[in-house]
Amino acid sequence: MDVSDLQVLEHDVVVVGAGGAGIRAAIECSKQGMNTAMVCKSLLGKAHTVMAEGGAAAALGNVDPRDHWKIHFRDTMRGGKFLNVWRMAELHAKNAPDRIRELEEWGAVFDRTGDGLINQRNFGGHRYPRLAHTGDRTGLEIIRTLQDHGIHQGVEIYMECTALDVLKDGDKVSGIVCMWRETGRFIIIKSKAVIFATGGAGKAWKVTSNSWEYTGDGYAMAYEAGAELMDIEFTQFHPTGMVWPPSVRGTLVTEGVRGEGGILKNKEGKRFMFDNIPERFAPETADSEEEGNRWLQGDKNARRPPELLTRDVVARAIMKEVKEDRGSPHGGAFLDIASRRSAEDIKKKLPSMYHQFKVLAELDITKDPMEVGPTLHYFMGGIRVDPDSQMSNVPGLFACGECSAGMHGANRLGGNSLSDLLVFGGLAGQGASDYARSLSGTPQIDNAQVERIIRNATDILNRENGENPYLLHEALQETMQMNVGIVRTAEDLNKGITDIEKIKEDYKQVKAAGASQYNPGWHEALAMRNLLITAEAVARAGLMREESRGAHTRIDFPGEREEWVKCNIVIKKGPDGKMEVRKVDRSEPDPELKRIAESTLEDLEAEVARETA
Amino acid sequence: MAKRNFKLYRGDNDKGELVPYQADVDEGMVVLDVIHRIQADSANDLAVRWNCKAGKCGSCSVEINGKPKLACMTRMNEYGADETITVTPLKTFPVMKDLVPDVSWNFEQNKRIKPLQLDPKDKDAKGNYKMKQEDVDRVQEYRKCIECFLCQNVCHVLRDHDRTDAFVGPRFMIRLAGLELHPLDKADRIPQIKNEYGSGYCNITRCCTDVCPEHIQITDNGIIPLKERVVDRYYDPIARLFRKKK
Repeated sequence: MDVSDLQVLEHDVVVVGAGGAGIRAAIECSKQGMNTAMVCKSLLGKAHTVMAEGGAAAALGNVDPRDHWKIHFRDTMRGGKFLNVWRMAELHAKNAPDRIRELEEWGAVFDRTGDGLINQRNFGGHRYPRLAHTGDRTGLEIIRTLQDHGIHQGVEIYMECTALDVLKDGDKVSGIVCMWRETGRFIIIKSKAVIFATGGAGKAWKVTSNSWEYTGDGYAMAYEAGAELMDIEFTQFHPTGMVWPPSVRGTLVTEGVRGEGGILKNKEGKRFMFDNIPERFAPETADSEEEGNRWLQGDKNARRPPELLTRDVVARAIMKEVKEDRGSPHGGAFLDIASRRSAEDIKKKLPSMYHQFKVLAELDITKDPMEVGPTLHYFMGGIRVDPDSQMSNVPGLFACGECSAGMHGANRLGGNSLSDLLVFGGLAGQGASDYARSLSGTPQIDNAQVERIIRNATDILNRENGENPYLLHEALQETMQMNVGIVRTAEDLNKGITDIEKIKEDYKQVKAAGASQYNPGWHEALAMRNLLITAEAVARAGLMREESRGAHTRIDFPGEREEWVKCNIVIKKGPDGKMEVRKVDRSEPDPELKRIAESTLEDLEAEVARETA
Repeated sequence: MAKRNFKLYRGDNDKGELVPYQADVDEGMVVLDVIHRIQADSANDLAVRWNCKAGKCGSCSVEINGKPKLACMTRMNEYGADETITVTPLKTFPVMKDLVPDVSWNFEQNKRIKPLQLDPKDKDAKGNYKMKQEDVDRVQEYRKCIECFLCQNVCHVLRDHDRTDAFVGPRFMIRLAGLELHPLDKADRIPQIKNEYGSGYCNITRCCTDVCPEHIQITDNGIIPLKERVVDRYYDPIARLFRKKK
């Protein structure tokens, strides 16, 4: 392989990933005058943002004027069980409203209130109706808006192009090696900064709402480049995925169903969430069906029904019903909207859910309850970044959206990811542009690094014979589902790690049949490296964190432990090539932020009312 | 579980053939599931495009027994137990490989369209744009489009007459309708709709509407209103007289 024969492109900043975070970051870079490129594995507009249904959380106060960034911030910290990076939760709550309004200027058409403002809906863990939405296809609205705006901002978009690894000049980023999926040809993109917006790694599990793209590419590439991963043990199981038929197991059922009044029942017809209200949330949650109903009718003095507790709580409660034999026929719980809202309302507010169940499960959700159960949905943890610039510990390497860590702590609130990607996509674009401008020269490409990356990729095709990548992937999904699932123990996690080590060995002999042109078997094999690094990181960090907090549940260490809120688990590739996992003390929060997050709701609401009066 | 027969297109734009496969089909499976099963078991390098597997992203458009459909939303029980199911790539676009078409032309069309233009003077004192829900209902219908390009695939102007040089196709007529009917938009696209995007080429056969998985009334609610605007501007004798006087 002669590196000088390769196609070489040059940009100031390269964004990897074209979901909401990636496109928003690219738009910002372009606005800052950077020569910007964006590479994505799929076609533009197909990334997972398109699947987000419920809405984008922002304290606009359009539906309930009592809302304020401080209340949003408090909800986010409590939802994240106080493990969130305080500054990120603050930046998010403060900036989300402007990022939403900006989308409207770029063409988004959100649902309206009676006054003609952007309408907002209720969601789990949010004190007020806070989610700007467009029916139940808000993600589509947002990604299309960003896409339609982004193509006019001078961003070069390289579609169906897979990033393989980052190149470095000394300690600094100098570019990235990619592969065109259609032809299998490699390219070098020289750049001063690289922004990862690569999403999560749901594909390490068997039951997931994620598509083939979510293979932890950003985590693994960052790790290989020397960046740190943080809080990666916190993997969110969304409580409501489809459970039947088997081929769609895991497909997302929006939390919007519960936001619009949907309730969860077991096979005995009991609303079991009333028996699963954690102490921390008891003062803010309805304690009777009657109160929950009043809340749904808009009574501002009523408290929210327990179906709208945070996702970790609801997912565990459904698991418990199934385990104790009170589940639905196919191993889930019943989600009932039919008895709560008129058929007309359901079709208007939840049209894509209606359509999805009608076609895929032959079920009419205006007449019958859905069967739902937990599905791996989201990574709270990821690449450790500076909260303001979004830069990792590798100079020139940035991350935003799901692939970055910190904003959501131990559990993400629904609706906070669409706003996260807008806020931090913008900040990463700004951060990367500032960094690129600050460099005096252009970092150089090291051909030896390029050769090594390409050889690793082509070895998979050139081997005479070897392991089937699809079978390796299945084996990984099997062990992650069994051993690194929604409830964890040291014994299971150790078993998971042993399995992963074995699959890593097999992976050294992985073989993809066929040629390099648009070859899914080869693509699968390339993604497996990233999945294995990510899976190992989740299992090892999960083993170290000996407590139950948010989405990380250790049966052998029940409950939150005070000493663990004081530290993050940080992972890095060691000098010997082995994964280094260590506890790192968190810095002291800003006292004012701490005060806000720890205030009672009553005090904080009174404070906000005084301020805004 | 039952064994079923399939024929899948294997090859590229220049040459290819329908290759027979057999696969086990379980209850509830869609055509895309079967394609994946064949891929994992016996054809690792079979190319197919997909993402969300829930009819929301529009990636897995193919022709199944000659009918343009989303493979992820087509249930196997739509077909008889003995029926051989033939899956081919979208006919209107060049084939990259197997079931994957090169749809890049569509992305080029989008770049030609003038984006939304709002007037900041329309903002209220708090910085909000106000629009009534009933005024955006129609625009939201257009914006349901998932860009599966099935409508582009069946449009006679593009499929049979190959006039990609003259007409942007139903997908982008819908995009244009979403901009033109946006209550606060200030831009004028009518001259381009007539002269550059080729609204006159559509002869309203409604084939695009029939295949839309989002059930958008592409022809009646999107293309016809745009055609009417073009007619009002360019061919209405009274309006013409009025314009001349100015």
